[in-house]
Amino acid sequence: MLTLDSISIRYERKEVVHNVSFSVKQGEVVSIIGPNGSGKSTILKAITGFISSHTGTITFEQKEIQQYTTKQIAQNICMLSQKNQAPNDMLVKDLVAYGRYPHKKWFERLNHEDQDIVHWSLEKTHLADYKDRMLASLSGGEAQRAWIAMALAQRPKLLLLDEPTTYLDIAHQHEVLELVRELNEDMGITVMMVLHDLNQASRYSNHLIVVQNGRKIMEGTPNQVMTSDMLRDVYNMEAEVVSMSKEEAPRIHLLNTIRQK
Amino acid sequence: MKRNTKSWNIILFTYVLVAVAAILSIGIGSVYVPVPAILKTIFGSHPEAVNETIIMDIRLPRVLLALIIGANIAISGALLQAVMGNPLADPGLTGVTSGASAAVLVIMLILPQYTNLIPVAAFAGGIFAASIVYALAWKKSGISPITIILSGVAVNALCGGIVGFMSILYSDRLPSAIQWLNGSLAAKGSNALFMILPYALVGWILSIFAVRKANIIRLGDQVAANLGDNVHRTRIWLSLLAVFLAAISVAAVGMIGFVGLIVPHMARLIVGSDYKVLLPMSTALGALVLLVADTGGRTLFAPLDIPAGILMAVIGGPYFLYLMRKRAF
Repeated sequence: MLTLDSISIRYERKEVVHNVSFSVKQGEVVSIIGPNGSGKSTILKAITGFISSHTGTITFEQKEIQQYTTKQIAQNICMLSQKNQAPNDMLVKDLVAYGRYPHKKWFERLNHEDQDIVHWSLEKTHLADYKDRMLASLSGGEAQRAWIAMALAQRPKLLLLDEPTTYLDIAHQHEVLELVRELNEDMGITVMMVLHDLNQASRYSNHLIVVQNGRKIMEGTPNQVMTSDMLRDVYNMEAEVVSMSKEEAPRIHLLNTIRQK
Repeated sequence: MKRNTKSWNIILFTYVLVAVAAILSIGIGSVYVPVPAILKTIFGSHPEAVNETIIMDIRLPRVLLALIIGANIAISGALLQAVMGNPLADPGLTGVTSGASAAVLVIMLILPQYTNLIPVAAFAGGIFAASIVYALAWKKSGISPITIILSGVAVNALCGGIVGFMSILYSDRLPSAIQWLNGSLAAKGSNALFMILPYALVGWILSIFAVRKANIIRLGDQVAANLGDNVHRTRIWLSLLAVFLAAISVAAVGMIGFVGLIVPHMARLIVGSDYKVLLPMSTALGALVLLVADTGGRTLFAPLDIPAGILMAVIGGPYFLYLMRKRAF
């Protein structure tokens, strides 16, 4: 569905991503993991065309991403950042309705079908009772769900999430990731996200990509990637990896930071 | 739905208020004209000669001019605030107004034979100022309030210097220009009204089309781009529209500050920040505020005629301080 072929990205004259290639298959949940500042979010931004100064090719559904208009990209790919701003007095249902914007012509109004999609997105994110509330009155987790509802109303084939759990407490983190899984399993939306929490990445993804200093270090299933070798090389952490069974995602127990010699 | 209906009722009420205020304002002045006589003169068939001169030639054009200019500047401020994502963006503070007025003064003092180019010159001057503000204040992460104010200070200083320099070089031609510079609606008559009306109509129609774009852009650059909006292009064309509305107002009556700052802020408090309701509310409130300022200016200290621009500065300055204290931005 999506292929990145030897992508290098410059950001303010500095090359921050070097020669990264990988592909994402239809229906997968792929997470990019790696230390802070390793270029994870930058890769996501390049996919949506928000950062345009890159070399290499990004192909989405057999066509190079540059050949799509901004609007066509918006009809197929949706990206959510870790923190989104919106006017405090905006109502939840109005925010979600903006998700229909890419599908509307200049000055076209929302029709019944759009209203149905908005309603459905609210149901799916368990926000139907919140639709007339102002965004400012929601908790962090509820607000994040509202943004995801907007993304759903956009009806993307590919959903990109940049650290969707960063500002949330663990209960809300879990809630958001369960929602992502549900969307992936029930609706077949392909998901690609940047996650910090390795255990969450391991548990909620089919495929992991490890990035360090702008380079892809390795990729594979959680079982292949989550090893104590990887944690030592990439994060400089001594860790124990517990794998209950083949079906269950491996869990990590961090033990110690390795001292530099 | 419910909230929207309520907002629209408030907006409708404000427009009625504007109409009532306009009629009352026509009546007030050195010669008092009662309301029935006003209505009879404007809409009736047998106007009295004295009233007709006072109302049709002097007061009605002035009142209409105040309404149009007030609306223009308020819309301009509201749009700039969307573009810069900041409630402090106002045509006066950002230097758009002073850029436009420096350009107009060049025509008035140096090239008086090209008087009909004044609106064009004002537009060019406004764009020049806005470009400088962008160049100075724009960072990848957006515009911070401090840099808007600072670059506005720089632009205002530059244009003030140009104006001062020209007023020394051409001191003989200055008196008429001073009255204009202060933002006075006195003695403009129907000329200024007919000059600005076609431009204003174009600006208003375009701003109806700006509503959705303004709403999208206030979700932030990344979300707007994600929704398929070409953020850069949207920003340029909303800015052009805002500068256009401010510039034609400057061309007609000179510098009137703070309307673009105060009015959208009040409108936001009343109907909220959705541009679908914010823009029509700002339009009505802007018209009302400037009408009150101008009527106050010409009646409070009669026979002196205080320019509306001066009155707005006296009211607007403290209001600005109040906003800073409340940290409304």
